[in-house]
Amino acid sequence: MATTITMPQLGETVTEGTVAQWLKKVGDSVDKYEAFVEVSTDKVNAEVPSPVTGTIREVLVKEGETVATGTPIAVIDEVGAAAQSAPAPAAPAHAPAAAPASHAPMTAPPASSNGAGKASAIGADAESALRGASPAVRRLAREHHLDIRSIKGTGTNGRVTADDVLTAASMGPSAVVGQAIASSAPTAPAAPSAPKAPPPSGTSTYGEPIPGTVIPLTQARRIIAERMVESKRTAPHAWSMVEIDVTNVWKWRTREKDRFERETGYKLTLLPFFIRAVVESLAAFPLMNGKFTADGIYVNKDVNLGIAIGLATNLVVPVIKNADQLSIKGLAIAAGELIDKARRNKLGVDDLAGGTFTVNNNGANGSWASAPIINGGQAGIVTMETVVKKPVVRDDDSIAIRSMMNSCLSLDHRVVDGYVASGFLADLKKRLEKMGPEGTL
Amino acid sequence: MAVSSSNATSTVMNNVEAVRATLYEALKNDDRTVILGEDVGARGNVFLITKDFINEFGSQRIIDTPIAEASIVGIAVGMAMEGLRPIAEIQFADFIYPAFNQIVGEAAKTRYRSNGEYTCPMVIRTPYGGGVRGALSHSVSIEALFYHVPGLKIVAPAFPADVKGMLNTAIDDNDPVLFLEHKKTYRLIKGEVPDGHYTIPFGKANVLKEGTQLTVVSYGLYVHWALEAAQKLQEEGVSVEVIDLRSIRPMDKGTILRSVEKTRKLLVIHEDNKFGGIGAEISAMVAENALFHLDAPIRRLCGPDVPAMGYALPLEEEFMSSPGEMAEAMRELVRF
Repeated sequence: MATTITMPQLGETVTEGTVAQWLKKVGDSVDKYEAFVEVSTDKVNAEVPSPVTGTIREVLVKEGETVATGTPIAVIDEVGAAAQSAPAPAAPAHAPAAAPASHAPMTAPPASSNGAGKASAIGADAESALRGASPAVRRLAREHHLDIRSIKGTGTNGRVTADDVLTAASMGPSAVVGQAIASSAPTAPAAPSAPKAPPPSGTSTYGEPIPGTVIPLTQARRIIAERMVESKRTAPHAWSMVEIDVTNVWKWRTREKDRFERETGYKLTLLPFFIRAVVESLAAFPLMNGKFTADGIYVNKDVNLGIAIGLATNLVVPVIKNADQLSIKGLAIAAGELIDKARRNKLGVDDLAGGTFTVNNNGANGSWASAPIINGGQAGIVTMETVVKKPVVRDDDSIAIRSMMNSCLSLDHRVVDGYVASGFLADLKKRLEKMGPEGTL
Repeated sequence: MAVSSSNATSTVMNNVEAVRATLYEALKNDDRTVILGEDVGARGNVFLITKDFINEFGSQRIIDTPIAEASIVGIAVGMAMEGLRPIAEIQFADFIYPAFNQIVGEAAKTRYRSNGEYTCPMVIRTPYGGGVRGALSHSVSIEALFYHVPGLKIVAPAFPADVKGMLNTAIDDNDPVLFLEHKKTYRLIKGEVPDGHYTIPFGKANVLKEGTQLTVVSYGLYVHWALEAAQKLQEEGVSVEVIDLRSIRPMDKGTILRSVEKTRKLLVIHEDNKFGGIGAEISAMVAENALFHLDAPIRRLCGPDVPAMGYALPLEEEFMSSPGEMAEAMRELVRF
């Protein structure tokens, strides 16, 4: 029985998708729920699971091609239920390989051809691979930085066992991590526009840049470019910076970090403390949580905080929803989950939508000041720069060694002026400097 | 009653002989030791554990009681509170129910109720368990009915050497101990028992066989069968760790957790009913403490939830788990 697979709708507002990479080729067998194609949209890349077990008969859309949701993209010869345990005798059932043309009469009710396909397209892949993952497997995979989906399972029904994880880990980081990166590479280059030396599909997106060649744009790169130009063109950026004494909050974080990681599995960085201060300052300066519209300044009801995360090949800004309702601990876990997902390239549309303000943790590589571009449709973006120990002259004229951090704000000057922006920054500074080890996470 | 081994530092005994030897030693060494129960005197216990004791120690110390379990335990509680070291016998664990209030409501609470002024240094010995065609009234496992009760210690040793060492510990203990003897192991299980006085502390499980792929926790008769099954699996190349719990309460959490953290899989096997049994407590304890080491759901192979073990052989066999069934459960969990 032939099943036609259509372009899934990867989100409520998404109307088209680009075939980023075929993970299976014509003739390859595919298991139900096994990812067989990677699709990218303007917001997200997702591996699409097969709704049936069978063999890929035909691929209807080339890599790099963009088609509307619901458009047929592949035909899979389904292995009959009875045939799954005994494939050989079942062969005649689909032997009349009635030529490619036969995909037109869609015999199977394709669950993925309408809105219902959305859930399975995004969720089922991850869920089916993780459903059988025992707590030990999850823990070991996390400890060894392995993606469970990239590990071959030897347990009952192909379950990945703890030993499988350890075996994979013992094969060395290059083997498995390489595989993980390959399978999660954001977008394979579109072949047509790169007549010269197209990187083989499955390799990392950019690989080694070769001087004198053009690197074709990935979907993600193109989107980033468009958004940046759009923001810079429409929103007049103004910029300001404050220096914040984070000595006490740093002490607090140092005191709590081991226990926190032990209890939650996530690292405790300065980020959640900073976000907590930001959302409190946004409450004090609600215009900073607004946006410019043709009708006027819209002040958002919710505080949904975007975190800019730089990946090797692109930038993503997942959003902590209702960040003002979370404690520092809750923020740390929410941010940890999003960062984890981002690194595994598993962010869904919902993770990326709805941001009202953005934080950029820019200091990891030592940046001391930066002028970030506002995420379109928001009033500002604030950065955390590197923490530096400095001699500081204090209010009583004494000199002390303190841990100092710059925080830079880019603001949409259409929405607020310097008065509000500097008030916001001063408030943020005050709040962070008040935090200390006596607080509760 | 027992055969001395060549070097005379230990003696081969079965479990009946181990109980008898230990009781005899206690009677000899401490005048405060008193044994009371149904048929313990003239009859010498239904398994002949106290045979002839009455002739040597007299009817003041070896007391035949009426068929009244509440009285047996209640009198022992009074003796214990006033300075004697009573060892009460419930002829079969199936008969212990009338004594429930005396055990749970009195013995276990004596120290707490009197703010430590009184203790209740008594042992309640009782044969339990099935597999001997004992039918409805001579087959029951009672440990789960009592292990919920703080203030009560419960032990169920399976090997003669453990029986002696733990019975000595029970007799020395200043609080009540429920000492469970699996009746099918009484004459079935033989082993070396060190001569002389020694004790084995409660709350220490015994790793009978080390393994890497699965932890099996059991106690009583089933420990022997689980060991047999694990050894069979060893020949198939499957490595199973077998832990004899020995002491049900206090429970040796550390040994179980260390083992599960190594093997990542746990099978609890016991004869008592599954629902609310000892396996439920072990499972919860492991889930609470070692969840992120588990690579498979915890499994329990236990008695079915039926009111009793039937007399008919097929009914008894259906209730009991055989070494073959244990081996299959182990294989399944290792494969998972």
